[in-house]
Amino acid sequence: MLEEALLGDGILKGMAETARNFFGSYVSKDRLTTVEYPEQRIPTAENARVFPFLVYDGADWEAGMRCVACQICEKECPPKCIYIEKSADKKPDYVGKAQFYPKRFDIDISVCMSCQICVEVCPFEAIKMDTQFELATTDRFGGLLYDRKELSRSNEYYHEIHPTEATEVDARLAEEKAKLEAKAKAAAEAAAAKAAAAATQPATPAKADSPAPAAPQPSPLSPTDPAKPAGGES
Amino acid sequence: MSVADMKLERPAGWNRPPVIEPSGEGELLELAMGPHHPSTHGVFRMDVALDGENVIRLKPVFGYLHRNHEKIAEGASYLASMPYTDRLDYFCSLTNNWAYALAVEKLVGQEVPERAEYIRVILAELTRIQNHAASIGFLIQEMGASGTPLMYAFKEREKILDLFESLTGSRMMCNYMRFGGCRVDVSAPWLDAARKVVAGLSQFVDEFEALLSTNEILMARCQGMGILRPELAVNAGVSGPMLRATGVNYDIRKVDHYGIYDRFQFRVPLGDHGDIYDRYMVRILEMRESIKILEQALPQIPAGPIMDPKAKIRGFRPKPGEAYGRIEAPKGELGFYLISDGGPNPYRYRVRPPSLINLTILEDMCLGHNVADVVLIFGSVDIVLGEVDR
Amino acid sequence: MKTVEEIKAAIETAVPGAGVEFVSNLSPSAQHSLRLSPESAVAVATFLRDDSELAFDFLSNVSGVDWPDKEIAEKVKVTRQVTKTVDGVEQTVEETVDETRKRTEPGYLEAVYHLYSVEKKHGPLVIRLRTLDRGDKTQLPSLTPVWRAAEFQEREVFDLYGIVFTGHPDLRRILMWPEFKDHPMRKDYVDPDDFEYEPTPHDEVLKRAQAHQAAAQPAATAEEGPASA
Repeated sequence: MLEEALLGDGILKGMAETARNFFGSYVSKDRLTTVEYPEQRIPTAENARVFPFLVYDGADWEAGMRCVACQICEKECPPKCIYIEKSADKKPDYVGKAQFYPKRFDIDISVCMSCQICVEVCPFEAIKMDTQFELATTDRFGGLLYDRKELSRSNEYYHEIHPTEATEVDARLAEEKAKLEAKAKAAAEAAAAKAAAAATQPATPAKADSPAPAAPQPSPLSPTDPAKPAGGES
Repeated sequence: MSVADMKLERPAGWNRPPVIEPSGEGELLELAMGPHHPSTHGVFRMDVALDGENVIRLKPVFGYLHRNHEKIAEGASYLASMPYTDRLDYFCSLTNNWAYALAVEKLVGQEVPERAEYIRVILAELTRIQNHAASIGFLIQEMGASGTPLMYAFKEREKILDLFESLTGSRMMCNYMRFGGCRVDVSAPWLDAARKVVAGLSQFVDEFEALLSTNEILMARCQGMGILRPELAVNAGVSGPMLRATGVNYDIRKVDHYGIYDRFQFRVPLGDHGDIYDRYMVRILEMRESIKILEQALPQIPAGPIMDPKAKIRGFRPKPGEAYGRIEAPKGELGFYLISDGGPNPYRYRVRPPSLINLTILEDMCLGHNVADVVLIFGSVDIVLGEVDR
Repeated sequence: MKTVEEIKAAIETAVPGAGVEFVSNLSPSAQHSLRLSPESAVAVATFLRDDSELAFDFLSNVSGVDWPDKEIAEKVKVTRQVTKTVDGVEQTVEETVDETRKRTEPGYLEAVYHLYSVEKKHGPLVIRLRTLDRGDKTQLPSLTPVWRAAEFQEREVFDLYGIVFTGHPDLRRILMWPEFKDHPMRKDYVDPDDFEYEPTPHDEVLKRAQAHQAAAQPAATAEEGPASA
């Protein structure tokens, strides 16, 4: 098809290309594309996702776990690899509200396909994706079934592996907490105003009792207290 | 090949494979090529009947990778099927995602914001480039080149996969498109990295062509081999680069006007002879056209939301009805046929796999050739078993 | 492209006696379909392919769909003659009551074809063929002589749904192995529980596997009994 001076021209041209790449790999970084794993490693991208983990705030993984066992991730998981059992009692969450917690939270990572849908649908920022992939084990039955203790990692670890995401999540949680506190403050002010208004009314024997218990109520949350800084407790 | 030439007399059996009589010297050798075979692009078997070295009969056998995708989708929600579509044509997960998202958006009449359309086009063209590069690399490897062109292709493919990983979180199983847009927004650093990669791509294609296109061994083995007639290709439902290599001008990006492809200037390469060399050249030229589209799309990407605000992620229940949506995937026409009965799960979910349909005329192309050529012809069809078997 | 109604009119003119029904599609995609009767399906398909204006030369997709039997409960007004005692006198009176009647609409299997035109660059046209029931009368004519693209896809519909395509050159299973029984994509398919080994079974899978293992065990002990005696 092409005019050639010499039969074998095309092959020689190709070999020149190969030679250029071969000798060039000693000289330029661009042409050397491999690293000697496992001694050298390429750092994983920040967004990489491998298997999920549960985030906990603070030092105690049981008390600080964000998961409230709402089971949305269990329903949305495509291969159904999450198994959750709700607890019977409640424990306080990061704003102090009493929530259920998972008595049992198992993920079978031999079934998990790392699709990240559980992270997308979780309303409580409780489950995030880890980046560790060297998880091979010799125990075939149960070695890849992670329970809630093995799945828990601290918020500091989350900041290490996904710094931008973790900062965003922290900011969002702090904002929600501040909103809730502002609402609680406004409700307390309204209650104090109502109690003060009730106290100025002509006292009747039935109502004589009500101002007295109402008076101590506003003081722990009185408007004169300095406003607590948002996110001050963690 | 003009359209008028495609009209022909259709005698009975014109679209059946020719019957080749064995020469009569000796017995027919029945050979099973595969399923454990380094050149069959996955677990795939061809039952070949040989008369000496010539192929008399060839029946493809597959189903070794059948994972029941369509039945699983009937039991899962629409969103939960999205990660499974990644695994259909596992080289090109983003185009699979787009085809499924397009079908669902047709089913409910969902609109997609402009920024999301641009991102979809950019990712789809990057997928096309890395798929064609890998496919040519594998074809040349089957020719005996022991992986050198394959490694060149993979070197470039790594750069593109790194882009995918930094955007979607995973190199190949991206799970990125949603019904009404995309999952995660592209950032300015990502766009800069993408521009750098695209800038290096034309040099890569030049290097690749310098290595291969004028190589005498390649030309001798590929030209005139595995010829496919255009009228048979159309009748057999062949689509993608295989169809265009026979000379038929049918590119779904130009025909269906899906997405925003109408805004970009690109040509559709067509072949003259329909042989293996034409398919190889069509793929190389399509890579160049994809680079052109990327160079136009990357500067034009507008600001805005990436997801339609009215789109629902959870609790998605389309009204009863059905829709068929298709795109020009790198391997051909990838379509999804969805029937909804109003519930959260699809009533019927069907994938129209280009690789399976393109295999229909494998027998026609291979009859009369040597066994060694069968491997080459099969490699030029460019199939992925994940798609054939689902 | 002409609208689906116009195509229906064109078919009825060209192929007299062809039973063509219009099936509307309620979704915004507006891809309405035409249901063909099995007797005239091949003639209509040939017309659609060879007509110079329609030129549907590209068969894109063949799907099977399973519509199982449907139980419909309807409220019907029934007028009956009832003997009632009115003021101590027996009389026959007409009474109208509301009754709920249950009837079963028989199910069927369906093959859906999506047609496009490479020459005219239009489409899709959706064609449907329906079998008579889901039992033994599941035969449909094969459209492989018209479009070669149907060859592997009709084999798949036969394999997974059980529709027998008469006139298909090579009808055998394609995705499942040849000795497999039953048709997996049907809605009433029950997969066997001793099929694959699951390392961490739970829920129904565990229950079914346990039932299977419990059934196997008495047989094992019974075999060992006489041997050890």
